[in-house]
Amino acid sequence: MAMSKEEMNINFMAARKPLGMLSIALVVISVILLVTRGLNLGLDFTGGTTIVVKSPVDVELSQTRADLTEAGFGDAVVQHYGSPKEVNIRVAPKDSVDADKIGYVVFDALKAGNSDLELLKVEFVGPQVGDELRDESGTAMLLALGLMMLYVWFRFSNKFGVATVVALFHDVIVVLGLFSLLQWSFDLTVLAAVLALIGYSLNDSIVVADRIRDEFRNTRETDPVAIINGAVNQTMTRTINTSLTTLLVLVALFFFGGEVMKSFSEALIVGVLVGTYSSIYVVTNILFMMKVDKEDFLIPEPEELDETP
Amino acid sequence: MTRYPRWKFFLLMAALIVCGLYALPNLYPDAPAIQISHAEAGGEVTDVARQRVLGALENAGLSPGPGESVGTSLLVRLSDTEAQLRAREIASNLLGDNYVVALNLAATTPQWLRAVGASPMNLGLDLRGGVHFLLQVDMEEVVTSRMEAWAGNAKLTLRDAGVRYRGVDVDGTTITATFADQVAADAARAPLRRALENFAMKPAGDSPEVVLTLNDTALKEMQDYAVDQNRTALNKRVNELGVAEAVVQRQGSDRIVVQLPGIQDASQARRILGRTATLEFRLVDNSVSSARLRTGVAPPGLEFFPFKGQQGRIVALSKSKIATGDQVIDARMGFDQQNGSPEVNVTLDGDGAKRMQRITGKNVGNPMGVLFIETKTDVQKATDADGNTVDKMVSTTEKYVINVATIQDTLGSRFRITGLDNPAEASELALLLRAGSLAAPVSIVEERTVGPSLGAENIEAGLKSMALGLTLVLIFMAAWYKVFGLVANVALLGNLVIIVGIMSLIPGATLTLPGIAGIVLTVGMAVDANVLIFERVKEDLRRGLKPLQAIEEGYGKAFTTILDANITTLIVAVILFAAGTGSVQGFAVTLFIGILTSMFTSIIGTRAMVEMIYGRGARAPAKLSI
Repeated sequence: MAMSKEEMNINFMAARKPLGMLSIALVVISVILLVTRGLNLGLDFTGGTTIVVKSPVDVELSQTRADLTEAGFGDAVVQHYGSPKEVNIRVAPKDSVDADKIGYVVFDALKAGNSDLELLKVEFVGPQVGDELRDESGTAMLLALGLMMLYVWFRFSNKFGVATVVALFHDVIVVLGLFSLLQWSFDLTVLAAVLALIGYSLNDSIVVADRIRDEFRNTRETDPVAIINGAVNQTMTRTINTSLTTLLVLVALFFFGGEVMKSFSEALIVGVLVGTYSSIYVVTNILFMMKVDKEDFLIPEPEELDETP
Repeated sequence: MTRYPRWKFFLLMAALIVCGLYALPNLYPDAPAIQISHAEAGGEVTDVARQRVLGALENAGLSPGPGESVGTSLLVRLSDTEAQLRAREIASNLLGDNYVVALNLAATTPQWLRAVGASPMNLGLDLRGGVHFLLQVDMEEVVTSRMEAWAGNAKLTLRDAGVRYRGVDVDGTTITATFADQVAADAARAPLRRALENFAMKPAGDSPEVVLTLNDTALKEMQDYAVDQNRTALNKRVNELGVAEAVVQRQGSDRIVVQLPGIQDASQARRILGRTATLEFRLVDNSVSSARLRTGVAPPGLEFFPFKGQQGRIVALSKSKIATGDQVIDARMGFDQQNGSPEVNVTLDGDGAKRMQRITGKNVGNPMGVLFIETKTDVQKATDADGNTVDKMVSTTEKYVINVATIQDTLGSRFRITGLDNPAEASELALLLRAGSLAAPVSIVEERTVGPSLGAENIEAGLKSMALGLTLVLIFMAAWYKVFGLVANVALLGNLVIIVGIMSLIPGATLTLPGIAGIVLTVGMAVDANVLIFERVKEDLRRGLKPLQAIEEGYGKAFTTILDANITTLIVAVILFAAGTGSVQGFAVTLFIGILTSMFTSIIGTRAMVEMIYGRGARAPAKLSI
C-alpha cells in the first residue's frame, strides 16, 4: 500500500471506455457460459450421495476407482478432499440400490479393499429435495436482487439507482459466469456467498454513487467527467481499504477454513474483486451513458437521514 | 465541543459485561458423558441402579465422576470418548431394558456461571458430529388406508340399515356406493350422511349410486394427524435409541426433521427410524384346501399370505384382526425357556386385551397367526405426462406370516411371539412395537452425517481461519490508522465478545461452520464502518477543520453511508435465513447478529474511546494520530 496520504488525484476516468467494453464482454461471455455450460450444481441441488472417507495413509485414487468399479459404481466421481488421506466420492442415484442407502453400500465396498477406512461424512439428498432446494435458492437470489432494487429505488430514485443496480447485476453475473467457466461446484454454501456478495456489492456502489451525487451538488466544477473523477478519488482509499480487510479474512478462510469453506471463500474473493471494480467503473460508465450532469441536481432533494451517533 | 453523553458509556460497559459474562461458558470445553434415564417416561433412576453403574464403571477402571442428576436422569462424566463408549456398553448391559443409556456431552461450565443461566453456544451437527435426517411422510398411503377404513365403515352402515348395495368403491378421496335401483340409493343416503359426516354428498343423479367426497378440512386434518402421530412415534424411537438432545421436528406440511447429535452408528438409526413394521394377530383358517391356496384367490372373509422362510407355504388368515401393533403397550425381547430361541413378550392395552380374551376364549384349540407388515418406500424412475423422466416415490407393502400357534388357553393382555430369526430381529421388533408404529410410511429424502472427528476438524478450521483473519485485520488497521486504528481494533474485539455472548444467550441459535464464516466475514466487514468514518475525518482535517470538529463531522457524515451498507446486508441475511436450511441458516444468523453488533461497537464504541483519548483534556488536541 504505497498510497499517498495527501489528496489523491488519479485520472481513473481515462480508462473508462476500454473497461466499459471489458465489462460488457465479461457479462456477455458469462451469460453465454451460463446458458450453454450451466453451473456445476453441487449435491444440494442435484440430489445424490456424497461420502468422505479417511485413511491413515495416503489414498491412491486409481485404487479407489478400481474398488468402486468392481462394486458397480464405475461412474462415481472420486476426488481428494483437502488432503491425500481423505477422499470424496460422489455417486449418482442407482436403480439397483435404495437411493438412501448408497452411501453405506459404497463405504462397505471401499472398506473391503482397505479396512482402516473411517467414514467422515455421508450426505444424501433425495432428487425431490434437490429440486426444491434449487427452486428455493433461485427464488432467494431473485428475491434478494428484487429487494435490493427496491431499496435502491427508495434511496436514489434516479439515474444513480439504475447505475448501482446495473453494477449489482454485473457482479452477480460475472461471478456466476466464472463458476460456470471453471465448473466450480455450486452448492448451498456458495449460494450463501453469492447472497452476501449481493449485499456487499451494492453497499460498495452506493458509497461511490453517494459521493458522486454529493459532488455534483456541491462543486462549482461543470465537467461531469472531472466531477466524477474527483468523487472516485475521494472514496478510493475507503474502497480499497474495505475490500482489503474483507479480502484478508476471506483469504484466511480459503486457506484454513477446510473444504466446505473453500468454495464459499472462492466465490466471495472473486465477488469482492469484481464488486470493487464495478463500484468504480460500472457505476460511472452507466452514469455517463445516461448523460448525467449538473442539470439533474437543480431541484434540491429532501433532507437526508443524518444523525450524529 | 459537546461532551459525549455519559449514558452511552454506561450502555457500552453494560453490553460488554453482560455479553462477556454469557460468552464465558464457551471457554470451558464439553466433557464426554453418558446419560442414564428410565425407559418409562417419568421414571427415575433408582439409587441402587446408580450405585451399581458407578461401581461397575469404577471396576472397569474408567474412573467415572460422582454422577449428577439432570432432571430425572443420571449424568456420568468420563475422561475421554473411548471411555465414554465403553461406559455406555457396560451400563447398558448392566441395566438392561429398563433403562436407556445415551452418549452425551456434559457442559463443564462452573457453578457460578450456571447460576446466572449462562451456557455455551449450541453447536450444529457439522461441528459436533451427528446425523441429520429429513423424512418424507407418504401422504398417498395415509389417504388410501384411511379411505379404505371409511369405505368399510360405509358397508357396515348399509348392512346395519338393511340397504343392499352392489359395491362400495374408493377412488382417491371419493367413495362411490352403487345400488340396484334408485329406491335403494335413496334409502342409503340418510344413514351414509350420518355415518360419514366428513364427506360431501353429491346430489342424486340418474344412476343408482351415492357419491361421497371427503371435504378438504378433514383431508388436511387427517394429514396433520398422520404427520404429528409419526413425529410422536419417531420421538419415542429416538428416545429408545438413547440419543441425548435429539431433535424431532415437523417441517412443512409433510416432512419431519430428525437430528441426532453425536450418534456413532448412523446405519442403525436410519434402520430404526424408517421402519414401519407392525404386527396383526388374526385367526388362521385351516379348512382351505391346498389346491385353493395355490390359486391365490381367497374365499370371502379370508386373505392369503406367504409364510416367512418356508418357500411356497401359504396361510389363510381371517380378514378381521384380533389385535394390532398399535394396541401394544409394552414389548420386550426374551428367550424361549425350552429351546432358547428368541421371542418377544407383548403386553396389550385394555381394548386389545379384552378383544384378545373374547376371541381366543371362543377359539381354544384353533390356530392364531401373527402377520408381519412392513412398508418400504423406494424412489423409482417414471415418465410423466410430458415425457420427462421423473423420480417417483413408490411404497410397497410386504405382508407375511411369521408365526402360527395353536391357542392353548384364553389369552389375556400378555403373551409372546415366537418365530423370529435371531435375537437382533427380536429386539428390533420389540423396540418398534414399544415405540409405536408410524401412522404412515416415511422415506429418507435427505441425510447428512458428520463423523465426530470431522466435526472437531471443522471447529479447528473455523477457529484457525478466524484467528488468522482477525490478526491480519488488526495489523492492517493499526498500521494504517494508528491510534484510531487501535481504537477500531478494540471495538472489533469487543464486537466478537458481544456476538459470542448473544449467540450463547439466544436459546435457539446454533453455531455452524458457515456460521463461523459469517463471524469471520463480519470481522472483515465491520471495520468498513470505521474506515468510512476515519477517511471522512482525514478529509475534514485536510480541509482545515480542527481535530475535534473533524471527528464530529466525520462521524456525522459517515453515518448514513454506514447505515446503507448494513441495511443491504441485513436484508440479505433475512432472505438467507428464510430460504436456507441448517448450516446456511447458521451463516445468516451470525451475519445478522454480527452486523447489528458491529454497528454498535464501531460507531458508538469507537466514538466513546476517541472521546476518552482526545476529548477529555482542558485544551483541544492539536493533532490526531490517524
